[in-house]
Amino acid sequence: MNLYSLTIHELHQKLKKREISSAELTESVYQRISATEDKLHSFITLCRESAQAEAKKADARLARGDGASPLLGIPIALKDIFLTQGLLTTCASKILGNFIPPYDGTPVKRLKEAGVVTVGKTNMDEFAMGSSTENSAFSATRNPWKLDRVPGGSSGGSAAAVAADQCVASLGTDTGGSIRQPAACCGIVGLKPTYGRVSRYGIIAFASSLDQVGPMTKDVTDCALMMETIAGYDPSDSTSVNVPVPPYTKELNSSIKGLRVGIPKEYFIPGMQPEVEKAVKDGIKALEKNGIRVEEISLPHTEYAIAVYYLIATAEASSNLARYDGMKYGHRRPAKDLTETYMKSREEGFGAEVKRRIMLGTYALSAGYYDAYYLKAQKVRALIKKDFEEAFKKCDAIITPTAPTTAFKIGEKTQDPLQMYLSDIFTISVNLAGLPGLSLPCGFDSEGLPIGMQIIGKHFDETTILRIGFAYEQATEWHKRKPTLDRG
Amino acid sequence: MKISREEVKRVAELARLQFAPQEEEVLTQQLDKILQYMEKLNQLDTKEVEPLAHVVDIVDAFREDRAVPCPSPEGLLANAPAREKNFFKVPKIIE
Repeated sequence: MNLYSLTIHELHQKLKKREISSAELTESVYQRISATEDKLHSFITLCRESAQAEAKKADARLARGDGASPLLGIPIALKDIFLTQGLLTTCASKILGNFIPPYDGTPVKRLKEAGVVTVGKTNMDEFAMGSSTENSAFSATRNPWKLDRVPGGSSGGSAAAVAADQCVASLGTDTGGSIRQPAACCGIVGLKPTYGRVSRYGIIAFASSLDQVGPMTKDVTDCALMMETIAGYDPSDSTSVNVPVPPYTKELNSSIKGLRVGIPKEYFIPGMQPEVEKAVKDGIKALEKNGIRVEEISLPHTEYAIAVYYLIATAEASSNLARYDGMKYGHRRPAKDLTETYMKSREEGFGAEVKRRIMLGTYALSAGYYDAYYLKAQKVRALIKKDFEEAFKKCDAIITPTAPTTAFKIGEKTQDPLQMYLSDIFTISVNLAGLPGLSLPCGFDSEGLPIGMQIIGKHFDETTILRIGFAYEQATEWHKRKPTLDRG
Repeated sequence: MKISREEVKRVAELARLQFAPQEEEVLTQQLDKILQYMEKLNQLDTKEVEPLAHVVDIVDAFREDRAVPCPSPEGLLANAPAREKNFFKVPKIIE
């Protein structure tokens, strides 16, 4: 058994008993990265030296008998959207090509205090805008299950790295599905917590009313462990909510018998891959055997979610990305005057999809169009949120597919932005309503590509969806399969 | 057409972006197609619906007016495209 292939909870036992050291484990992970990174391109930056130093520190803590945090000495990878003090943070954009943050964001700070070893910063779609990681300014990440496929996105580097054992776990962000959809494409577990559950301080902003931080892991237990460390109120993020964080891992084992699960008919649609539909329905049956009660529900405004999202998210992005003007940090192209300098710097610094979204958002907010687009989208957003409120009167959780298809081919959707946007059709509503959503593996298609099942919970009720996910995992073996890194 | 080349030019100006003529052509078509899709929303009558800006019921967050540690000037200026002493150096703003 290679150390790099184990989970956080398995490794924690070995580290605590001092059967292994964090230094050995970190070495094992880097050997795995050396053997696989040429094929995958999961990382933008690797930081072996600082990782070795962190592993040494963790070993010293372990030697003192400080085994309190289950993350102590565990090698993890961070999406390149998280500010990391002294370590290059690009957001996969040329405009931040040289950016060295002067501080750590809150989730990173909490992980570091717990004693994790940061192995590197993972690839992503530029500014988290995309569903395939092809919008990275640096390289396209490959899917470990089939190298001619995308890993999903925007947290595609994190998903590929976890699936291929290049790290033990990773931290991603999710604005419209960017944790869950790549988790589904790569056959791992990904959780988007409730909006306000995890601090967004020190995370490069895309769409501030939708962005959330969450774990990407090899199983549900690891996901719960990561949540216990990163979740919780932070005065530095005025949208983080001051409610207690439950002991997620302690709750995992409690029975799911009698829980009511809603199945929305709008999430099983013509045009979706039949194998995906079958795998998710089989998954629901497996859970019924474990005692859940299934009810058909309706989320009638589902078909409007993509339109709402791509107006609200782009409007917020156009405002958030105004800060990249080449003055205080980032790329600057000096030109004849200030306005020219702004324009040239932004023209050179941003990629095509980012510009497209800034344009769309600026248009939706501009005089004469604000009411027709942005305000209209905010009103329909209210209807989508209300759909869920109604549904949750009848059920404790909702189960859907995570994505309508398994991972698509690299290059397949790059020429047609709207087709790419439709990849997020099952994940986007959850962000619009601010709910928690978990994706976990529930099968494979005939080409050997993983399929993801999404479990959606009530506000701040990550516990219930983790419990259902855990029960499913106990009853199935999907999460134990490993990719072979074969060519397409 | 939902959006014209002229409008794309105007929006680019607002967003401080610029495009080569050929890019502008492709972008106009793409934005037009996306905006056609957005038309869907007009199927819904929303006259009586309050717009939703934020999903969590939170009120203004206040904190004590107390100094807290922040990154050093050196750390912040290290990323400056141009600097002079402890200042960011920027192009002339007022003639």
